Amino acid sequence: MRPNDRKYLKSHEWCKISDGVATVGISDYAVAHLSDLVFLDLPEVGTAVTAGKAFAEIESVKAVSDIYSPVTGEIVEVNDDLPDELDTLKEDAFGAGWMIKVKFTAQAPDLLDAAAYEATLDQE
Amino acid sequence: MKSTVLNAAHRRLGARMVPFAGWDMPVQYAGILEEIAAVRQRAGLFDLGHMGRVHVHGKDALALLQHVQCNDAAQIQPGAIRYSMFLREDGGILDDILVYREPVADGFFLVVNASNCDQDLALLRAAAAKFADAKVVDTTDSLGMFAIQGPVAAAVTQALTDADLSTLKYYKWMPAKVAGVDLSLSRTGYTGEDGFEFYPPAGDTETLWNALLEEGRARGVVPCGLGARDTLRLEAGMPLYGHEIDTGTNPLEAGLSFAVKFTHDFVGRQALERYQAAPGPDPRRLVGLTSPSKRVPRQGYPVFHGDAELGPVRSGALSPTLDTNIATAYVPGSLAEPGTELTFGVRDKREPAVVAALPFYKRAR
Repeated sequence: MRPNDRKYLKSHEWCKISDGVATVGISDYAVAHLSDLVFLDLPEVGTAVTAGKAFAEIESVKAVSDIYSPVTGEIVEVNDDLPDELDTLKEDAFGAGWMIKVKFTAQAPDLLDAAAYEATLDQE
Repeated sequence: MKSTVLNAAHRRLGARMVPFAGWDMPVQYAGILEEIAAVRQRAGLFDLGHMGRVHVHGKDALALLQHVQCNDAAQIQPGAIRYSMFLREDGGILDDILVYREPVADGFFLVVNASNCDQDLALLRAAAAKFADAKVVDTTDSLGMFAIQGPVAAAVTQALTDADLSTLKYYKWMPAKVAGVDLSLSRTGYTGEDGFEFYPPAGDTETLWNALLEEGRARGVVPCGLGARDTLRLEAGMPLYGHEIDTGTNPLEAGLSFAVKFTHDFVGRQALERYQAAPGPDPRRLVGLTSPSKRVPRQGYPVFHGDAELGPVRSGALSPTLDTNIATAYVPGSLAEPGTELTFGVRDKREPAVVAALPFYKRAR
């Protein structure tokens, strides 16, 4: 079972909400599915993000994928070490592998709880 | 979607399956980088059941092949194999193929790309209708096809057969019994390593695959998917249809003139002769590129010289063997010299690239 203390997008991003700030990352499933990560491009603090829109690119040996924001708001913190330590994503996608923190004004309408997210994985 | 006879074996081995040219194929098992390393250092097994397999026989088989493909089939000795192409009248490439001349009986065996197999069969059958005695038989379903590639490929295969594999040279084939299965065996591949391709009866294919995997396990032999195969062939400078070559490219600009023999009359010959006589100003050539960028130059990204856009990246990958990015592109001949500095575009950014000689990787012999 994946962590119950947060919400998920079907596109494999997660967000953990506390005091109006959403911490955003991607799931262990996404990390395993991308495999052999080579590049991650994160935006800077102050960048506006929109729920359902891409905020970053992640590149594996075989493909480039967009990472979508679960919330709308402004980035207040970025995990700047992560692009140089992509193994962190493999080891701890739900913890040290967080990507951005967003002071948000709205959430995506289609956020899923852990059980509903896992149900979508069974269908893949 | 079509399945090869090894489909169940892939699923048991935990492969990630993807659609490829209408077939349900393994793209990776343990991981692309791990599989590439295994092939360069030990060996890997590759299911090639999606490739088209076609027998051509009859008294006019040679005449038929001379007409439809650009290499000289008359020069292929029994038991030998040559790389060749089907061309259009305008010299554009319809497919790249391997032509095997039967070691014992008369006739030929062709291996063609999965994506072009229907077109190739139609082309062969239409041509065969013009000859009194040329038969085209699609054996894709009756034969399996897979490869073992890597430095230990010969030792692993030799352990399962009484045939003396040291007598089977590169680009030769022969009948043999391996792990109790009667089959054809060729010393060919698409990775730049030593290795073999097996053509067992469809019903014996999984038995043979399992036997090689079992025999190779102690030597670190692993199953490999299309992901590893694509990077391995690019490292070895081998073209992939739909990338380096297509109907809009001709064999001469693609660096494949070794497979074009003007010793016989074939479809596309006149166009290639015209091109040779007058290729136009600064004709383009296929070149290799390397790039130290963190971004991988991928198919379709634009290549630039200064502000001039030269065309798209044809194939690109991170090469773990060479520890740099590698790619192919067509550039004007005046910019084809190794060392020429170019750039490629990723969205609105430009990343450095340098023209490099092909192949990027050559194994030590």
